[in-house]
Amino acid sequence: MKVLRNLGQCVNGFFNKIGKVTIYSREILKAFYQIGWMSLPVLGLTALFTGGALALQIYAGGSRFNAEQVVPAIVAIGMARELGPVLGGLIVAARVASSIAAEIGTMKVTEQLDALTTLSTNPIKYLVVPRVLAATLSLPALIAIGDSIGILGGYLVGINRLDFSSSTYLASTASMLQISDIFSGIIKGVFFGFIIALSGCFNGFYASNGAEGVGKATKSAVVAACVFILATNYILTEAFFNS
Amino acid sequence: MIEIRNIHKTFGKQKVLDGVNIFAHKGSSTALIGTSGGGKSVILKILLGLIEPDEGEVFIDNVKVSHREPGRTLSRIGMLFQGSALFDSLPVWQNICFKFLKGTEKLSSRDAKELAIQNLEKVGLNYKVANKFPADLSGGMKKRVALARAIVGNPKIILFDEPTTGLDPIMTNTINSLIREIVETMDVTTLTITHDISSVQQISDNVALLDSGRIRWKGKSKELKGSKDPYVFQFINGKHNGPINVN
Repeated sequence: MKVLRNLGQCVNGFFNKIGKVTIYSREILKAFYQIGWMSLPVLGLTALFTGGALALQIYAGGSRFNAEQVVPAIVAIGMARELGPVLGGLIVAARVASSIAAEIGTMKVTEQLDALTTLSTNPIKYLVVPRVLAATLSLPALIAIGDSIGILGGYLVGINRLDFSSSTYLASTASMLQISDIFSGIIKGVFFGFIIALSGCFNGFYASNGAEGVGKATKSAVVAACVFILATNYILTEAFFNS
Repeated sequence: MIEIRNIHKTFGKQKVLDGVNIFAHKGSSTALIGTSGGGKSVILKILLGLIEPDEGEVFIDNVKVSHREPGRTLSRIGMLFQGSALFDSLPVWQNICFKFLKGTEKLSSRDAKELAIQNLEKVGLNYKVANKFPADLSGGMKKRVALARAIVGNPKIILFDEPTTGLDPIMTNTINSLIREIVETMDVTTLTITHDISSVQQISDNVALLDSGRIRWKGKSKELKGSKDPYVFQFINGKHNGPINVN
């Protein structure tokens, strides 16, 4: 109950503070750089190899009933709807939620959060709002880029290892991939970004007991973000595609 | 002026403050001594509006401290934290002038840096330190930078939380002398938490001894060593036996 109450206060505080606008533009830009830009390499590599592996798996499975030609379509749809957003969300959660929780947790146990308050600066406005904004707006873009790189990974494997012609692969991808597939993944990204940043900030703010406490906060931030991402993904998938 | 009236605070089942009253008139320097975990830091956090007391009231220059609106009184207060609490990601000059860069009172970067260098000089550090980061500083230098941050903007009240903890005797003496000098030149009211009896006598006029959430003794700092009070005697002589429960 205490955890839920604290989480409620944290979310409430976020929306209250964002309403009374004090924009720390430098902090927001820094958060975009650290959360969005710096996540690109690891996200890109993950998407590239996942797209490639997915193409191989679909080809191996499809060949059992002479359906090898579905590889481009399933790679594209799979990346855009599920693998891009979920893997992207989990990778960014591991990288960003841990980093936010460790940073804010260390500030908590070294009294830097108290110092912020004594220096007439609200820690929610200064630390939480920029990170939540940056993560919520960066994740959709990261996921769109990740989807493209994943499809590229499938394409490279398709034409180099599975004997697809480049034009056939691209035409099949373009004809099967619908705009709703892409947007469903991007909308998931908005939710995942919010979850990641909030989990990092919340666990950092409630860190205690020195280095051990910061370690626990970091672990909890990643675990909570991953679990919430997976659960939210299921709920959103039901909402988007069940009908 | 600092006035703490009948403050009570409980965390879980543990009663930390049990009817504490402290009055520090304008321009005075008061030290709060007592055993570790005795609630001294909680008093400071209540004064800053970071913690809400269960009962009682706190006034800073006759303005009531509010947990919901700490900004009403915070602008009058400078605070030196026990571990310095400098922001690792910012250079020294931005740490010192943080409230003028990010807080409600705004200064340009150029003016803020100039002000930071002036305050560094007040604490015996030269301008070259301004561009360094906290990780590049020794413990003593961090304390001085934190002291510069506490005095920037000429606060009316300065709170010191164990200002000399972890410092060698020479640096302890340097910091105490700086605090004394600042208190005298700035005409501020100070409240200092410390375990160090020599620091008490160097930087404060009045002393209060806190034990088990209550003030057990109040007096002048020069009366401390000659006091026959059993709490004071046990505390300053470091005796295990006596009215203070050390377990």
